[in-house]
Amino acid sequence: MATALDPQQRPNSYRTGPDEHGHFGNHGGRFVAETLMPNILELEAAYNQAKADPAFQAELDSWFKDYVGRPSPLYLAQRLTDHLGGARVYFKRDELNHTGAHKINNCVGQILLATRMGKKRIIAETGAGQHGVATATVAARFGLECVIYMGERDIERQQPNVFRMRLLGAEVRPVKSGSRTLKDAMNEALRDWVTNVRDTFYIIGSVAGPHPYPAMVRDFQSIIGTEARAQIQEKEGRLPDLLVAAVGGGSNAMGLFHPFLDDAEVGIVAVEAAGDGVETGRHAAAMTAGQPGVLHGMRSYLMQDNDGQIIEPHSISAGLDYPGIGPEHSWLKDVGRIEVAVATDAEALEAFAICSKLEGILPALEPCHALAEVTKRAPAMRSDQIIIMNLCGRGDKDIYTVAEHMGVRL
Amino acid sequence: MSPTRIERRFADLQKEGRAGLITFICGGDPNPQAFQAILAGLLAAGADLIEIGMPFSDPMADGPTIQAGNLRALAAGMTLARLLTQVTAFREKDKTTPVVLMGYYNPIHRYGATRFLDDAFAAGVDGLIIVDLPPEEDEELCLPALEKGLNFIRLATPTTDSARLPAVLGNTSGFIYYVSITGITGAASPVADAVGDAVAHLRRHTELPVAVGFGIRTPEQAAGIARIADAAVVGSALVEEIASRVETSKADSAELIGAVHARVRGLAAAVRAARKDSAEPGA
Repeated sequence: MATALDPQQRPNSYRTGPDEHGHFGNHGGRFVAETLMPNILELEAAYNQAKADPAFQAELDSWFKDYVGRPSPLYLAQRLTDHLGGARVYFKRDELNHTGAHKINNCVGQILLATRMGKKRIIAETGAGQHGVATATVAARFGLECVIYMGERDIERQQPNVFRMRLLGAEVRPVKSGSRTLKDAMNEALRDWVTNVRDTFYIIGSVAGPHPYPAMVRDFQSIIGTEARAQIQEKEGRLPDLLVAAVGGGSNAMGLFHPFLDDAEVGIVAVEAAGDGVETGRHAAAMTAGQPGVLHGMRSYLMQDNDGQIIEPHSISAGLDYPGIGPEHSWLKDVGRIEVAVATDAEALEAFAICSKLEGILPALEPCHALAEVTKRAPAMRSDQIIIMNLCGRGDKDIYTVAEHMGVRL
Repeated sequence: MSPTRIERRFADLQKEGRAGLITFICGGDPNPQAFQAILAGLLAAGADLIEIGMPFSDPMADGPTIQAGNLRALAAGMTLARLLTQVTAFREKDKTTPVVLMGYYNPIHRYGATRFLDDAFAAGVDGLIIVDLPPEEDEELCLPALEKGLNFIRLATPTTDSARLPAVLGNTSGFIYYVSITGITGAASPVADAVGDAVAHLRRHTELPVAVGFGIRTPEQAAGIARIADAAVVGSALVEEIASRVETSKADSAELIGAVHARVRGLAAAVRAARKDSAEPGA
């Protein structure tokens, strides 16, 4: 297994992956049942064709602008910056998108592709419910049948999003197997896909799953980093010193990071959910504490025991409660291009409070993990240095969870 | 390379002019002790090949029945290493019945692919079915397994069209496993006519024996498959038998073991008789 490479072994560009087999170094691939292989290959061909078609890109841009509300602002969090007393902290405001998170970027891209491929039925898995809401939203807009798989435990802690999906006309199917969270929802969505493979398009919500999903979702989410790169140059006349984003499956992070990967002066930190603390075993930090393994169609870092059984992850944030991580992140960690940090539930809640009170923004618990890392790093940096953090979702969906931790009954 | 137990067994079945019965049980279900006893009696009950699930926490291509079997085994302390020990014990007494391990790649990946192949071969395992290793990932385990002298059995499905079939058959050996439905294990039962067409289609592309599985539950259904294919695979129905006994008579494992063997006897009798009374309608 590759670890950090010698400098001379490093690639000329970090942005050319994956290879034709969907591999990012040792990670990625297509570890799926034969029933799905024809579909995976069909999807890959259709995506390659769409990607090369200027009309598809123009259509996507138009939906980004008029439906999603892009570009999202790059906002200087001045009071937070003053409070931390170090680097200038910018938020990439993807929480202002339609449906309240970055997830819609990818859903718009995939539903355009599904329509091109003539598929009639949409399925998706969801953890926090943000990807489910975004999928239900585009399915409603494009008039396609939509089934969302969601773990029973996530349904309990994300009631508002469950109701939103139903209002949008989607069927939310509770998943009762395993830990009843995101990984089990993904298992169940794959089972549905195996059963209804001919007419169904599976909109995977993260840079995870079998090739071509990790690359395709990254491409759709890269609008975040492409915008941020242009915006910071306009505001500051230069690139940032540091990018920080939370990773569950890793889509918001990859969206921000990818356009900067070849800018050697830009440091990059992916923040994993440490739950009760990595040392307790109750966490969701696959790159920090996991080993390479194969799940959900890909090889990547994975939380597993010595017998290769998947360990149930834990995080206060349903969107980070996943035992794996997108394969491109694993590769970028192996080659030393990204740093991996962790933030606990308690640190995320503290960041939630700081952001709410200082900036007038209720952040989702997912980016609160990134913010926790920012609060650790910014004070040690100079005031002329710049951090961009992906504020990838808004916190309205999380107020019940936060209230519970504060001992408040709503 | 000399023929494997799987190849010899199918050659024998062909001489006898009948199809075989392949039974599937999750390794270690409902617990390792009872599983060992179930395994020991399968041949006497009429199984021709034995397929054993390697327990996994996240069996993505399996329905609720086999998921539950996996979880029962894991909860009872089953591991891949322990399964190989149990196959070794079985093989000391039974030198001829082929044993095929079926499952997902991650436990093998964690065990170490090379070490796993060495240990599985030494234990007397004859073939592997790894659901999430399509031909695109053959370098992972399929090619090293073939080199080691193990059969690597691939699934063909209703979505495997003529363009795809050569890739699926390419490195497959022992037999080809036709999944009779698009779906997960234990789901709807297959339509015999469609399966017949599919088996005929496979036979035009390969000399390998064709086994058919997924959704075969009753002796009648097994007999129907036995008339058109070289073997019928029954899994969920046996795992269900275990599940129902675990729920109703917790302590009595002798009764559970007996019930599974009785179920296998019924299926085996139907499979053995299938081609003798094939003129009879209503199967």
